[in-house]
Amino acid sequence: MSGQSQRLNVVPTVTMLGVVKARLVGATRGHALLKKKSDALTVQFRQILKKIVSTKESMGDIMKTSSFALTEAKYVAGDNIKHVVLENVKEASLRVRSRTENVAGVKLPKFDYTADGEASKNDLTGLARGGQQVQQCRVAYIKAIEVLVELASLQTSFLTLDDAIKTTNRRVNALENVVKPRLENTISYIKGELDELEREDFFRLKKIQGYKRREIERKMVLAREQQAVEKLHLQKGATWISYDSSQNLLSGTADKDEDIIF
Amino acid sequence: MANRVQIPTNNSSLIAMIADEDTIVGFLLAGVGNVDIRRKTNYLIVDSKTTVKQIEDAFKEFTSREDIAIVLISQFVANMIRFLVDSYNKPVPAILEIPSKDHPYDPTHDSVLSRVKYLFSNESVASDRR
Repeated sequence: MSGQSQRLNVVPTVTMLGVVKARLVGATRGHALLKKKSDALTVQFRQILKKIVSTKESMGDIMKTSSFALTEAKYVAGDNIKHVVLENVKEASLRVRSRTENVAGVKLPKFDYTADGEASKNDLTGLARGGQQVQQCRVAYIKAIEVLVELASLQTSFLTLDDAIKTTNRRVNALENVVKPRLENTISYIKGELDELEREDFFRLKKIQGYKRREIERKMVLAREQQAVEKLHLQKGATWISYDSSQNLLSGTADKDEDIIF
Repeated sequence: MANRVQIPTNNSSLIAMIADEDTIVGFLLAGVGNVDIRRKTNYLIVDSKTTVKQIEDAFKEFTSREDIAIVLISQFVANMIRFLVDSYNKPVPAILEIPSKDHPYDPTHDSVLSRVKYLFSNESVASDRR
């Protein structure tokens, strides 16, 4: 897995740790939300699936009855009725209105059929004979259209939802398997680096402390020696040497002081 | 989402048809037919003289027209241009395969229904196991 070992290329600082932690929280919340969305879409998807199967089955029956109605009309009104119908086509009175329905942020198309200019052109078709049969046939086909429009909207919803579910699942998986591990790796990396820095700092402090202590000890030894020497001189009674050595002592300590500052 | 499809919400879209004469006559009787100023129809009558090329062209035209929301296509016609129907994957216009009088309806050929059946059977098997 290439995604497992990866981490973000960041500078290991406390600020960055905060930023990455915030991102991890965001990714976790996003993952939970997307998962919920995916579940909601799947529920909708299954309902649509069931409806499609039942509607497709009923479509067969409806088409059969409408075909039969047409045959009846043809039998009564004569076969040339179809030429009358074909010639009478001008403007569609039966149209489809599409609107969108929002399911968990996914826009699903829904079709409604609307009939305007109710039965204007074919009213007189079959006036001579078989007019009733023709009208019955018309009603049967309008019913068929009703079912077909419903089926069409179900089918488009099915395709759209299928696509949406795929995208959502891809996102969920990407967050779960790529983004979150990467952020977690980054956090552990930053924490490790910060720990290391702290240990280094501690070691350095210890080192300085030790150095200072040694310096103080050395000075004390030096001072003691000086005192011993002075005492010796006093005993000898040679004041000028004592004065000289005390001068030396002062200048010597001044040199050492600078080192102690470190 | 990069591949989000814009779904038009207009008030009046047409239903296009590619089918045999009887089916077309029936739907025209219901008032689906439309002829525009240039004598272009929203339906194609398929008979023994219609070539596959004509059907292909009609299918392509209907699926690319803006004012068509649903394309009804007889199943035996859909079988002639099966590769086109199968490769079509836009949500709008919706392609609906309908049975025709002379050719019995075979659900296994329907590209959408076969997918639905596949998913559905998977699901029912899964729910049986529960």
